[in-house]
Amino acid sequence: MLDDFLLRAALAGVGIALAAGPLGSFVVWRRMAYFGDATAHAAILGVALALIFSAPVTLGTLLVALAMAAAVSWLSTKGHAMDATLGVLSHSALALGIVAISFVPGVRVDLSAFLFGDILAVTRPDLAVIWGGAGFVVALLGWRWSRLLTATLSRELAAASGIDADREGLVLTLALAVVVAVALKVVGALLIAAMLIIPAAAARGLVRTPEGMAFGAAAIGAAAALGGLWASYSFDTPAGPSIVTVAAGLFLLVALFGRRH
Amino acid sequence: MSLIAARDIHVSYGGALVLDGVDVEVEPGEIVTLVGPNGSGKSTLVKVLLGVVRPDRGTVTRVPGLRLGYVPQKLHIDASLPMTVTRFLSLPTRHAPAEVAAVAARSGIEGLEQRQMTALSGGQFQRVLLARALLTDPQLLVLDEPTQGLDQPGEASFYELLEQVRRETGMGVFMVSHDLHVVMSASDRVVCLNHHVCCSGTPTVVQSAPEYRALFGHGTHGALALYQHDHDHEHDHDHSHGHGGDHAG
Repeated sequence: MLDDFLLRAALAGVGIALAAGPLGSFVVWRRMAYFGDATAHAAILGVALALIFSAPVTLGTLLVALAMAAAVSWLSTKGHAMDATLGVLSHSALALGIVAISFVPGVRVDLSAFLFGDILAVTRPDLAVIWGGAGFVVALLGWRWSRLLTATLSRELAAASGIDADREGLVLTLALAVVVAVALKVVGALLIAAMLIIPAAAARGLVRTPEGMAFGAAAIGAAAALGGLWASYSFDTPAGPSIVTVAAGLFLLVALFGRRH
Repeated sequence: MSLIAARDIHVSYGGALVLDGVDVEVEPGEIVTLVGPNGSGKSTLVKVLLGVVRPDRGTVTRVPGLRLGYVPQKLHIDASLPMTVTRFLSLPTRHAPAEVAAVAARSGIEGLEQRQMTALSGGQFQRVLLARALLTDPQLLVLDEPTQGLDQPGEASFYELLEQVRRETGMGVFMVSHDLHVVMSASDRVVCLNHHVCCSGTPTVVQSAPEYRALFGHGTHGALALYQHDHDHEHDHDHSHGHGGDHAG
């Protein structure tokens, strides 16, 4: 039953979910949802640049996502009105990226694969990139966990313990850019933020500690990836949006029946 | 050697000079209290000492390897962040359960360990903040109006606990307080700040300084009303730690 391409798709989805769970928890705690959106949308611009310079797409998205994330964090320290600024940056990057892709000479590019993901076309090298990136993010967050948590609670508490909140913010920025770059193939630029936020928000209703939320979000994300793939295979629906739909369904279940501590 | 010494600190925000050549230091075992009107730069000075705000000019010197505990005025924990008291006490460093239990007992927060931080009352929350700071065995404890929002008995027992720990461990304490009554009874040294240090010294000296009186008035007028300091002098008699002169000098 498990065709080879389905197995690869499942592995890709689970890999992304494992990294997106803990990272998404921070995105929720720090109210960075729009920040995640802006970074993900910038990935399309990265795709365009990579195609124009015939560089690897993952490298292009990583660099542009990193630049966008850095620009946004820099602006936030300058005291700009973040809501409008993020909206402008996020949608400009998306529009500019799509326009730029249309200028790429030669082959017609399948734009929807970048917007909504193409998880069923994941190759073995793709899998290596996805698990490499996800593994890097999980290791990075695990290493800095206590510092990241303390910095999330309060800059002053962090400073008193010798933790530089700005540096920890950069760690999250880097993690976000890596997840965006490797998740592009799986759920697409438009739905990466959904994979960060929905599983974490769903897990919130079930847990009592930050660590519980990180693990819960990873588990819910993995379940959504597998359930979404199954639904996509059974009902012939687009895979990326199916995964996010299942995640949303799980969120709704927890919201309705979960016990909020 | 002072635990921490700030020299000639200048900080300005958007052209407005918030701190103008401030000197302050804390010796081991000493309770130093910072008083001053709203907007006088008290919280900024605390942030400079913590290293959150970098001064435009001036230096902060710490004893090498200084263990610093910090009790903020208020800590907002986002509702999306699940956090038990036990987990919070071990941020960022984990402590042995026996150690946590001992500090929890002395801070009067036993039984709350499994509660969510967001479910605590104001007094419980402040005690948890203090317990967390004490768990790191600080040489210097910095408190920014730690009893804001506490009722009177809560406030009194908070400062009693602080005084007790100070006696046992010999830690230095630097605190910002709005409560002039507590300041005068529980401090060894008072620093009166209004962008610059107006006056400093033992509570009795500061209380009679003209600069202090100009800022806070005297008697039951002026500052007492300004600070909603609704218990007046007759409270001195039944208050449990009225030993203002004991630590003078």
